[in-house]
Amino acid sequence: MTTLLEVSGVSVSFDGFRAINNLSFQIGEAELRAVIGPNGAGKTTFMDIVTGKTRPDEGRVTYGEKSVSLLSLSESRIAQMGIGRKFQRPTVFEDQSVADNLMMALKKDRNPFAVLMFRPVAADRDRVAELADEIGLSAALHRKAGELSHGQKQWLEIGMLLAQEPRLLLVDEPAAGMTLAEREHTTDLLKEAAKTRAVVVVEHDMEFVRRLDCKVTVLHEGAVLAEGSLDHVTRNEQVIEVYLGR
Amino acid sequence: MSDMTLSAPARRPLVLRHPSVLVFLTILALFTLGVTLLSEGAGIGAISTSFVKTLGKTLCFCLVALAMDLVWGYCGILSLGHMAFFGLGGYAVGMWLMYERTRMIVADSLAAAELPPTAQEISDGIATQIFGVVGASEFPPVWAFAHSLPLQLAAVVVVPGLLALVFGWLAFRSRVTGVYLSILTQAMTLALSLYLFQNDSGLRGNNGLSGLQNLPGLDDIPQSAVSLWFFWASALALGVGYLFCAWLVSGKFGSVIRAIRDDETRVRFLGYPVEGFKLVVFTLTAVIASIAGALYYPQAGIINPAEIAPIASIYLAVWVAIGGRGRLYGAVIGAGFVSLLSTWFTGGQAPDLVLGPLRIQWVDWWTVLLGLSFVAVTLFAPKGIGGLVDLAARIKSPDRHGADLGPDAGALREREADQ
Ligand SMILES: Nc1ncnc2c1ncn2[C@@H]1O[C@H](COP(=O)(O)OP(=O)(O)OP(=O)(O)O)[C@@H](O)[C@H]1O
Ligand SMILES: [Mg+2]
Repeated sequence: MTTLLEVSGVSVSFDGFRAINNLSFQIGEAELRAVIGPNGAGKTTFMDIVTGKTRPDEGRVTYGEKSVSLLSLSESRIAQMGIGRKFQRPTVFEDQSVADNLMMALKKDRNPFAVLMFRPVAADRDRVAELADEIGLSAALHRKAGELSHGQKQWLEIGMLLAQEPRLLLVDEPAAGMTLAEREHTTDLLKEAAKTRAVVVVEHDMEFVRRLDCKVTVLHEGAVLAEGSLDHVTRNEQVIEVYLGR
Repeated sequence: MSDMTLSAPARRPLVLRHPSVLVFLTILALFTLGVTLLSEGAGIGAISTSFVKTLGKTLCFCLVALAMDLVWGYCGILSLGHMAFFGLGGYAVGMWLMYERTRMIVADSLAAAELPPTAQEISDGIATQIFGVVGASEFPPVWAFAHSLPLQLAAVVVVPGLLALVFGWLAFRSRVTGVYLSILTQAMTLALSLYLFQNDSGLRGNNGLSGLQNLPGLDDIPQSAVSLWFFWASALALGVGYLFCAWLVSGKFGSVIRAIRDDETRVRFLGYPVEGFKLVVFTLTAVIASIAGALYYPQAGIINPAEIAPIASIYLAVWVAIGGRGRLYGAVIGAGFVSLLSTWFTGGQAPDLVLGPLRIQWVDWWTVLLGLSFVAVTLFAPKGIGGLVDLAARIKSPDRHGADLGPDAGALREREADQ
């Protein structure tokens, strides 16, 4: 399996506090990976680095078959290269309809003039409808995103992510605020997505991670503590100590 | 919610999707027709020529307010510099008007001489006439194209466009946002106006340009007719500008710029180059503002650097806020309503208000009233006058005393929204 994203030896400090400490991480073309770790372990910061929001002090981040370095690229360039991100707090455009939110996310030319001239054709509208169906928001297509419940917003954001057709999906705590049935649906969606692309899921809920049934990376104090199957990492002494002990 | 089908409806023409556009254009057309029929120049004379000019100028204000609404109400950039672009448009057109008229006068007076005047003599004569007030008698370099109407009209678009492009590129690239960006735009405006105040700026310092109401070569045509021409041109520009803005905000571009206003970080992660979008909107609106100014100043007759001072741009923001930002007709209503009211109050026509020992003279107190209205609108009616349309259409947002809507943070309950 070829590597899609490679992070090596990355460190970041905020005012002298080392949030990420010599972190290395790899993920393949079509792989599902769960990232777990206690609060403040650096999971979100790791995503910030990959998506260009935070610049690391040292280390390398390379992406794609040509191993392009992401470190000098803007957030929008990185997104255009096929890295999509779902935030911890659902962030959708509340003042606009579900359909508009999805339409904006559809994979199209992002240049301002191309956007100015863009008029959706039937295929685009069908794609939006299809996505809305997938995330269970068909009936809410014309409602403002701000009217949705917390869980529905999570869904909408996942739908927007899928609409971007990314090659690498970074998903930060997707199941927060969802019911059990919705969580199951989310696992199915993520597993389905991971058949054709790389998916990194950050999640605290162990049941959710178990259902994902994939390789797990445990982060602690900005570095990888353990990696392997869920059973393997939960047997690890250090992991038990970090999660239960102190 | 029962009539929602799975697939989105097919796209209909712009005016059908947004009936407000059609309503607006109809009202504008009727207004233009009405004023024409009542004017001295082409109608029964019930409206004086000076009032026709006031109305024409108001239409120009409405156009620049549209630009302000686009950049602030839709894209979230509180620019305090758009009246500077407005003024630059006025200067660009004013230079030709003043040059050409002076040239005709000078040519006439020299024609009486025995020897036919040389080109140099004419040029010197014009320069002395125009720049005598600032103690100069030569053309500054900025007047290089003043002899040509097409070139000065091109300058109406190019000069503010370039200024906005360069300024915007520098500001947006370093990700200056919010209050800091507003301060930066205000600093630009202040610098420009202070520069123009200097006598050696080449634009006659604090004298500005005057006599702009007189069109060169058309001395025989009465102002009552000229005022109507400009009134029509302003109405046309406003109509076209409105259609253009409505087209711009109705599609995906509008979606993206509103998204930038609400959460620009998120837009970046969708892959949109936020800075590029801001730059396009900033530059485009600067050009619209400049065109409005180019139509305004020939009706005002005079332009001077005080018109470019930051306060003018602040007034512009106040108009848009009072009218209701984030909706195009709101901007037009705000600019029209407030600027006409302002003309009335400051023109000395409004009767004094006597409150016991206090005698309120509106000429002085109007600004206070305007300031209070601005505060009141911001606090109690953030949707502005345009919000009345929502009231009539029964679109209600639940009052949650500023708290997030709905059961979870940020969620608006269906039942509340449908009330
Ligand atoms: N911009 C920042 N400035 C200062 N400190 C920061 C910044 N971003 C993150 N941190 C710090 O870095 C550490 C890691 O934060 P991060 O958000 O990555 O944790 P996390 O693993 O996502 O935690 P959680 O599970 O609570 O979401 C925290 O201690 C946090 O306070
Ligand atoms: Mg986090």
